[in-house]
Amino acid sequence: MTTTSDWPQETVVREVRPAPDRYRNALGKYRIDRSAACASCGRCVEVCSYGVHVKPAGYAFTLRPQDQRCIGPECAERPESCIAQCPQHALTMRRNPSSECMGDPRWSSDLILSNWRQAATGHAAPPHLESRQGASGGGFDSMRFKFEVPSLEEPVAAPTTADIDTSLDLNHRDDGRPQAHIDIPVYGGGMSFGSVSIHTILAKARAAVAWNSFTCTGEGGYPDRLKPYDDHVITQVATGLFGVREDTIQRVRIVEFKYAQGAKPGLGGHLLGDKNTPAVARMREAVAGNALFSPFPFHSVYSVEDHKKHLDWIKEVNPTCLVSVKVSTPTDVDMVAVGSYYAGAHIIHLDGSYGGTGAAPDIAKKNIAMPIEFAIPKVHKFLVAEGIREKITLIASGGIRTVFDVLKAIALGADGVVIGTAEMVALGCVRCACCESGRGCPRGIASTDPELIQQMSVEWATQRLINMHNAWREQMVEVLARLGMSSIRELRGRTDVLCYLSDEPAAEVA
Amino acid sequence: MPDRYHIHTVPTPPRFRRIGKFGNIDWREDCSRCTNCVKLRCLYDVYRHEAAYNRDPAAPLDTWDECKACLSCVQGCTKGLLSVSVNPEFLDLGDEYWKPDILLTTWNQSDTGKIPVSGAGYRGRFHGPGFDSIWTDMSEIVRPTRDGIHGREYISTSVDIGPKPLRLRFTPDGRMLTPPSRLLEIQLPAILDMPSWQVEGGDLGKARAAAAQELKTLAVMPAAEATPEAHIVPLLGRDDIAQSHEILKAVRMVQIEDGPEVLELAGKALDVNPQVILSVRLPLGPAAAGRILDLAGERIKVFHLCTDLHGRERLANGRPGRHIKDALREVHGRLVKEGIRDEVTLIVAGGIALAEHMAKAIICGADLVAVDTALLVALGCRVCRHARGTGASCDSCPAEIGSADGEYAAQRIVNLMGAWHSQLIEVLGAMGIREVRRLRGEVGRAMFLEDIEKEAFGDLCRVSRQRVSA
Repeated sequence: MTTTSDWPQETVVREVRPAPDRYRNALGKYRIDRSAACASCGRCVEVCSYGVHVKPAGYAFTLRPQDQRCIGPECAERPESCIAQCPQHALTMRRNPSSECMGDPRWSSDLILSNWRQAATGHAAPPHLESRQGASGGGFDSMRFKFEVPSLEEPVAAPTTADIDTSLDLNHRDDGRPQAHIDIPVYGGGMSFGSVSIHTILAKARAAVAWNSFTCTGEGGYPDRLKPYDDHVITQVATGLFGVREDTIQRVRIVEFKYAQGAKPGLGGHLLGDKNTPAVARMREAVAGNALFSPFPFHSVYSVEDHKKHLDWIKEVNPTCLVSVKVSTPTDVDMVAVGSYYAGAHIIHLDGSYGGTGAAPDIAKKNIAMPIEFAIPKVHKFLVAEGIREKITLIASGGIRTVFDVLKAIALGADGVVIGTAEMVALGCVRCACCESGRGCPRGIASTDPELIQQMSVEWATQRLINMHNAWREQMVEVLARLGMSSIRELRGRTDVLCYLSDEPAAEVA
Repeated sequence: MPDRYHIHTVPTPPRFRRIGKFGNIDWREDCSRCTNCVKLRCLYDVYRHEAAYNRDPAAPLDTWDECKACLSCVQGCTKGLLSVSVNPEFLDLGDEYWKPDILLTTWNQSDTGKIPVSGAGYRGRFHGPGFDSIWTDMSEIVRPTRDGIHGREYISTSVDIGPKPLRLRFTPDGRMLTPPSRLLEIQLPAILDMPSWQVEGGDLGKARAAAAQELKTLAVMPAAEATPEAHIVPLLGRDDIAQSHEILKAVRMVQIEDGPEVLELAGKALDVNPQVILSVRLPLGPAAAGRILDLAGERIKVFHLCTDLHGRERLANGRPGRHIKDALREVHGRLVKEGIRDEVTLIVAGGIALAEHMAKAIICGADLVAVDTALLVALGCRVCRHARGTGASCDSCPAEIGSADGEYAAQRIVNLMGAWHSQLIEVLGAMGIREVRRLRGEVGRAMFLEDIEKEAFGDLCRVSRQRVSA
């Protein structure tokens, strides 16, 4: 690896360790209620193999049920369940109303809970939680691998998963610049200092070190505490140019231009005044308490020639870095991608319209530009037709929630993906959508409030992210093995392994 | 240069406590009265405000006080006593089109007049019927700049209503033969229409008129309620013309329901005020394009196309038909083909519930939209079954809309339209379009589900959804 940093670089061990929920009461999909009739006989402790009921030695009473471990009706309806076996009939089970408050059609409650479970354990979530797709009724949620559909493909014995490669090279230009190699086809999206807490930023960077991947600064500047991780940081140059200096461009291996963001295409960044604390304002060289808008578009770019000048500028300032171009998904996104290639970009990063954000007008999140599912095949096919597909890395983001979304995005034609919200969820986000105003995230993830950010330690957050990536990689390898592939790179553009769900049974074409 | 169009919004809080999305419920007993109570640490102070409200229902309300379901209390309570649940009363609001979330965002916009902004990404379904299967385009580089669109770079939202000649004709000696065009320019591509159902009492008609005046747009009123003012569009019946000479002379546009008498009534209206713009109100449906072609030949150039509460065609058999998205594109396309699209003005009404519906209806071919039900929602209407089912008066309206003060109601409407206007500018700005007139029929700057789905997933094998959900 070619390091450009002048700072001693830290290492982080890639090791799965339990990182349970940081709140006192973990949330489960189901809820077990124990009535006053309980005689603390301990029968439930004996029959439950999932650890829901606990009665430590020497305790007279059974502890409050650990209902996050309960797998629900599948077990409760069996005669050997705790409910059936309780001599006092003191136990009842139901869906947990609180966990039903979490999430939405895109990020269903199950997806959040299963992400938490993966981040806690480092392995796949149990089957009672739907961990593959949400309930949005379209896009990735209407797509399956053929092997997931009963009787569509004959099951084959799972081949060995030992030597399956999930790594990716990001430089395909053959232009003499160094290679950037990542061990998983996933890296972290730009989240600025200001939109998220310094603990969140550091945890993302440390997890990127552990997984030999990258994280991105967003456009809030480059905090000093990020310097020990320079080799795994992408400096974002966005339209506000907040915190962009020669030094921050020179110390990293990849520089990303953010032309547009999927959640607010054509609108530029937006940090509401409440979150612009003195520390954030100092970093951005702005006045604390003022809302900060990044202008849109780059005032210096009005043509593809200007775009090339932009890229040349960065390449001149840092002769060893790779350049990524992050764009949104308009109707002509394929042309934009080709233009970026000819302007000299190493990575074209498409950010679909359903992606995450710290703050965006609701009208923009839903209505402007196309979801990433449509953009990937459009761009991939066009790059292939232009004969330049092998010379550029295509990265997709904006609504990649699960490892199955990652795999589907790659099968549609992307080389790899960028994730954002999935990492926030791993840190305990419930998607209450209150990141933007007041003191920011009530759970201390997307907040700059000095008190709120203390809810989460960097060590715990790092471990959660390392665990989530491990769980994802394990599942990725399983799927690749199931598809008979030995590398994630073989999956790119293989739409033949996918199928699309139709509402009309008559439309079925195998 | 004339003054830029600007809508003056003023925070106008709701009169009643609204139905919240989430409810906090104490579930398990056994509170230990610990000193670390999560209720005191709630970031939004929900518990304290709840207690204050219980003591005094007239306590001031702020949407900030509502529970956001961050679940910090549920997960943090020492003994795990607390639960939060989705309020079933919230889920029961509205109907399948006027969804609870639409009502909530409309109320919020009417409170503040501001664009709804939130964190996290899009939360809804991937796509839906009607307008929810359209995405608008954006431009990566060339456009008015975002830092400019609410300031120094002006995006025009004004539209013209009235007969537009396609070309001017002159005599050999240079005198213009074409009569001067009588165009009515309004500053917002939306007029305020009569609600689908009558709300008894109060000053709602006056509020709508006052809001239209403030917004520099028009308000459609039944002739009996109309006043002789330029921003009023009276809906005239046979008997009204004789009795409404004063009004007819003052207004700039009138509406007439389509029917066998329409040309006769139009002639009578022109007799009273030859300058008045005639518009005909007719249902959007398979026959609409043909009827527009007929009437356009008879000097009527403005058409108010009505759909039902959900933006669907009203078919002759009384059943709902296609959505505006499909029906209007057909009408627009037919008029383009016949070469008269630029001569006529199309106003589409019904089912315009959100700011994006305004932009998308214009993309589908409307010159402007008419807002109706959303104006009631701005005042707190819940589109409850009582109102929807019968179309009758709302005697037992839980939001007591009928008792709203006229000035208050007008400001809520102005706020809502102000928020919509800002959102329209955001959409236009993202597309790089500097005036809304250019958006009309611009399907090339929109993506329709059926097209992009076919382009992106056309080569994927298709299987029935039932096979995986079984």
